[in-house]
Amino acid sequence: MKMMKNMRKEPLNDTQLLMSITIGIFIVMYLAAIVFLGGGFLHAQQIFDMLNDNASLIIVSCALTIVMIGGGIDISVGAVTSLVVMSCVLYLNSGGNIIVSILLAIGIGLGFGLVHGFLISYLEIQPFIVTLAGMFFARGMTTILSVNPQKVDHEAFAKLRDMKIEIPFLGYTAKNGNFVPARMELGVVVALVCLIFIFVLLKYIRLGRNFYAMGGNQQSALMLGINVKRTRFLSYILSGLLSGISGYVFMMHTGAGNATNAAGMEMNAIASSIIGGTLLTGGVGNVIGTFFGTLTLTTIKKIVVSSGLNDPWWQSITTGGMLCFFIMLQSVVLGKRAKKKNS
Amino acid sequence: MKKNKRSFGGLGQLTIPVIALALLILFNLVRDLIFIYYLKVPNYVSFFSIELTKNNMENMVLAGNLISIINGASELAILAMGMTLVTAACGGQDISVGAAAAIAGSVFVKVLKSSSSITGVTVAIAFVCACIVAMLFSSFNGTLVAIFKIQPMIATLILYTCGRSIAYWINGGATPTVDSPLITAIGGFIPGIPVPTPVLIVIAVALLFKLIFKFTSLELFTQSVGINGSAARLNGINSTFIKLLSFIILGVCVAFSGSIGVSRLGLINHETLLIDIEMDTILAVAIGGNSLGGGKFKIGGSIIGAYVIQMLTITLYAMKVSSTDVKAYKAIVIILLVVIGSPVVKAKFEKLMSNIRRSGQSISMKGAQ
Repeated sequence: MKMMKNMRKEPLNDTQLLMSITIGIFIVMYLAAIVFLGGGFLHAQQIFDMLNDNASLIIVSCALTIVMIGGGIDISVGAVTSLVVMSCVLYLNSGGNIIVSILLAIGIGLGFGLVHGFLISYLEIQPFIVTLAGMFFARGMTTILSVNPQKVDHEAFAKLRDMKIEIPFLGYTAKNGNFVPARMELGVVVALVCLIFIFVLLKYIRLGRNFYAMGGNQQSALMLGINVKRTRFLSYILSGLLSGISGYVFMMHTGAGNATNAAGMEMNAIASSIIGGTLLTGGVGNVIGTFFGTLTLTTIKKIVVSSGLNDPWWQSITTGGMLCFFIMLQSVVLGKRAKKKNS
Repeated sequence: MKKNKRSFGGLGQLTIPVIALALLILFNLVRDLIFIYYLKVPNYVSFFSIELTKNNMENMVLAGNLISIINGASELAILAMGMTLVTAACGGQDISVGAAAAIAGSVFVKVLKSSSSITGVTVAIAFVCACIVAMLFSSFNGTLVAIFKIQPMIATLILYTCGRSIAYWINGGATPTVDSPLITAIGGFIPGIPVPTPVLIVIAVALLFKLIFKFTSLELFTQSVGINGSAARLNGINSTFIKLLSFIILGVCVAFSGSIGVSRLGLINHETLLIDIEMDTILAVAIGGNSLGGGKFKIGGSIIGAYVIQMLTITLYAMKVSSTDVKAYKAIVIILLVVIGSPVVKAKFEKLMSNIRRSGQSISMKGAQ
């Protein structure tokens, strides 16, 4: 009760404002989809499908949100995801065990994070170039490992992959009268755990608050006594770690490794973060917004497909148009607020 | 500043690209020497050999690795010139150049296809059309950046996402081919001139930039806008216009490279035309010693950067690395280059050098005593 009162007194800050716009638009868009397209959008399974397909994208977008709040950028996430998938698939096929493969995924991610973080924060090289090189390296390594698609042939992993959490009360009765419970993959649970962890980190833990301070104004953060170099280092390590986890989740979803896996994922992740209200300039952003950003991006694609526009180019044109809309909206809203503050 | 010049040979900003180029040449030289004199491989063709051969059009043309480097980097070099300007003025990069080039190429082909016969005039009209369309798209980017004050990378993400789809839509999803000796001449060789035409176009564009910088104050204005936009505005420079102009100039560069790319193959494939070139372009700008945060710039550095990237690729091809694996090795070299160029490493290196010099002096002084 007391907290509610406090919140009411304070006006929304930039982060909350942008996030609430995103959530509002997502809800409006989804309701519109239900009204105009009906059918599939009414079932809870539709949302679970979106989550199942995009669990790894959600994790990667969270990674990017952290880095972007800190004022940097990491475009290697998609390539690292792909490398993790390929190496874990090859390892499992050569008869490895599950726990080691998970460690391998996390290890690869951490390795990339460490190198990126060291080069960017301690050698002061531009993050775009470092992570671009990281992206090239990961993509190149993926093709060096195997050019051909590889399917996982591993008993224990197949069990893990097929493990689905069934939620009976959200199910629906299919046309033939069978009751189908809502299904959620294990990867979604991992993604949600990551999401909650990062939310807590960014909101209540000193390191997370330091990310905001560093991204907002590096000079003042330094004067406040924040170890900016170490904070930046840690942000890239977190991003690398999350890309590793995302790779494993991706593999649990597809069950196969392919050199073109997760192609263009980095740009999708950046788009989700932006739609969720994270600014590339740093200091503003929220993972909950990012989560809804990912869902918005997916919903638009689903709407395009279910309204019968099956040509692949419709998807990217509508995505581009929506990005344009959100970016302009943010610019206008933030510009107005800045003017109000000044006057 | 003086100290810096002394230890790095007075090249200033161009130190890194020139060192990189020199290292690559040295590497190939050593490799050549090993193959010829140590391993004594018969019929070994040196990396640097250039020969005059007849191509299938019965023209005398130059061929060899060096020529293919200079020829292959043409699109990249042209884009890098425009990108340098955008980077300097806006402090960010345009990641949509590849997609925009695909659009420009599609328009180029569309106009060529709609005319009955391909003559010099139609090619010129097609190029002008491609130019106008590319300028329109880049002024859209420029408006977002200059007027709405959006980060360049985010603003251009829109066109990056949907650009290739627009290119697809222009030609109705087909990949039409253009078969004409004129187009082959633009993408390959003009009869009687042994130098590849794209190289000549690069030289022409570079000269154009040189002339613009010589006769206008664009260079100075761009730098001042990039270093401090509001200070430049207070000094009477229209920073919005300068930013927009930099994007429009990049649009012209995009039209040039799109048209070259189309002419080289004689067809437009919206999916693969100049794919991933945006990353290489930004890399060329960075290797050229330009700050990606805006401000001072040197177009020459970016051009050398573009050739460094292409030379690296061709060197790897000559070492029989497959085209899909090249990226991994490229990444290692890029990291090495930027580590050498990083300010922290530079400062450490200078400290080390001055320590050595001082100890050398003290030793010689002791010797004198």
